[in-house]
Amino acid sequence: MTSAGALSAQVAVVGAATAGIGWESRQNVAEIMAEAAHRALADAGLSVRDVDGLFAVTPYYWMPSVTLADQLGIQPKVTDSTNIGGASVVAHVGHAVRAIVSGQCEVAVIAYASTQRTDAGRLVTGADLLPYERPYGPLFPISGYAMVTQRHMHEYGTTREQLAKVTVAASEWASLNPEALKRGPLAVADVVASPLVSDPLRKLDICLVTDGGGAIVLTTRDRARRSGKRAVSVLGTGESHSHCYMSNMRSYTETAGVQSGRAAFEMAGLGPKDVDVVQIYDAFTIMVVLGLEDLGFCAKGEGGAMIDEGIGPGSRLPVNTTGGGLRYCHPGMFGIFLLVEAVRQLRGECGERQVADARTALAHGFGGVLAGNATVILGRDR
Amino acid sequence: MPSERAPERPLPETRNAGATFWSKAAESVLVVPKCTECGRTFWYPRPRCPNCGSEHVDWVHASGKGAVHTFTIVRQSADPYFRTKVPYAVAMIDLDEGVRIMTNVVDTPLEALMVGMRVEVLFEPAGGGIAIPLFRRA
Repeated sequence: MTSAGALSAQVAVVGAATAGIGWESRQNVAEIMAEAAHRALADAGLSVRDVDGLFAVTPYYWMPSVTLADQLGIQPKVTDSTNIGGASVVAHVGHAVRAIVSGQCEVAVIAYASTQRTDAGRLVTGADLLPYERPYGPLFPISGYAMVTQRHMHEYGTTREQLAKVTVAASEWASLNPEALKRGPLAVADVVASPLVSDPLRKLDICLVTDGGGAIVLTTRDRARRSGKRAVSVLGTGESHSHCYMSNMRSYTETAGVQSGRAAFEMAGLGPKDVDVVQIYDAFTIMVVLGLEDLGFCAKGEGGAMIDEGIGPGSRLPVNTTGGGLRYCHPGMFGIFLLVEAVRQLRGECGERQVADARTALAHGFGGVLAGNATVILGRDR
Repeated sequence: MPSERAPERPLPETRNAGATFWSKAAESVLVVPKCTECGRTFWYPRPRCPNCGSEHVDWVHASGKGAVHTFTIVRQSADPYFRTKVPYAVAMIDLDEGVRIMTNVVDTPLEALMVGMRVEVLFEPAGGGIAIPLFRRA
């Protein structure tokens, strides 16, 4: 059996792009996914003819990677539509690494898109509630995250203000990101005065509802070297899920990010102290607190204190440098944007929001109510 | 009659291992599944025990008492029934029998809700031979 460490730095991300980020779309989901794929391939100096591995997810199609293949006009050798919620495409990176290293495919595209804002004005999802939940009217997924937040505040004393600071930091990053849809400044007072939706979560604890898509391209180290682009290596990957439904959450304060993070760090041979820039899926403010704790950036219960130390521009540990799902965009499943930004930061393409000398980046996706978890660690080639 | 047009609480699907949970509720009895092989209660109802895989699953009477593990107060809803109920409390209750179930906490001031608060079951008739277990401050 090959150890995970042998897979580290064998595969590179050579392309990354977004498409269709906005409030209103004239293209459909398959078209936006394909556009993102084409842009990411162009960014890599490759074409759609080179693609032999296709990984995709979206709430819109029964067989997302198959739909995307039609749109692109290709017949891949490896196909994967695995859906573990918003963490899906982060998990796809681990799958793609293994497919490429084993020789099943050489050029893999991972893509996502949604036009939920145009279509519904709210989250479009195929997620279901249990028969033991539906009669009680929880908002999915908001009430689940609200109950997680309530419990975390109870167990660890996490404060209303600490949660608000997650949104404030996101607004500071978004103001430096020309692609961000909400670029205006926010103060703690704005967040705590925004309307309650599902206590203790308020409107500004909750992500935007937008359209958009993105894609990345992965290939072998050798091929990446030949492309002449500054390659970004996949150092570590991990995935896990601990439950599907709110009723089956063994813990309301600890996630399977503990497992996925540990797997990714072990594969990379690195630890949290080695990471220069972090992307944690922030559909709700509490997710950043939980992510920092469960990935080992601080001890359990100290996420709030870490937020107090700062995660915004100029902080010791920059988190969600796009403005995240809270302020950048949020087309339903944010995973692809975590990956695209991690790549852009490592390539030094981020302009005003660039983290100086970023060499190692971590992206962590959550799906459902903290159900699906996937972690990827990327490193800049020296 | 206006009551005929009033939206009703969404009812659970009962073509699954949980049918007894709802039908016993109509008799004002709260039951939870218990594996007779490994002896553990579990939630939610499944034909086999999620701890040991045994198909020997039975129902045991629960006391109907427990404590709030966590909760939220829902302030808005798109559902035709729950839209008429906002604000309402959704909570996870740690039953004294060792399982954690979702419910609405009713007959209790929303501002009194807190983690750890003791609660007791009551039953809302739902027709069709079932009832919906709810909880209130004990």
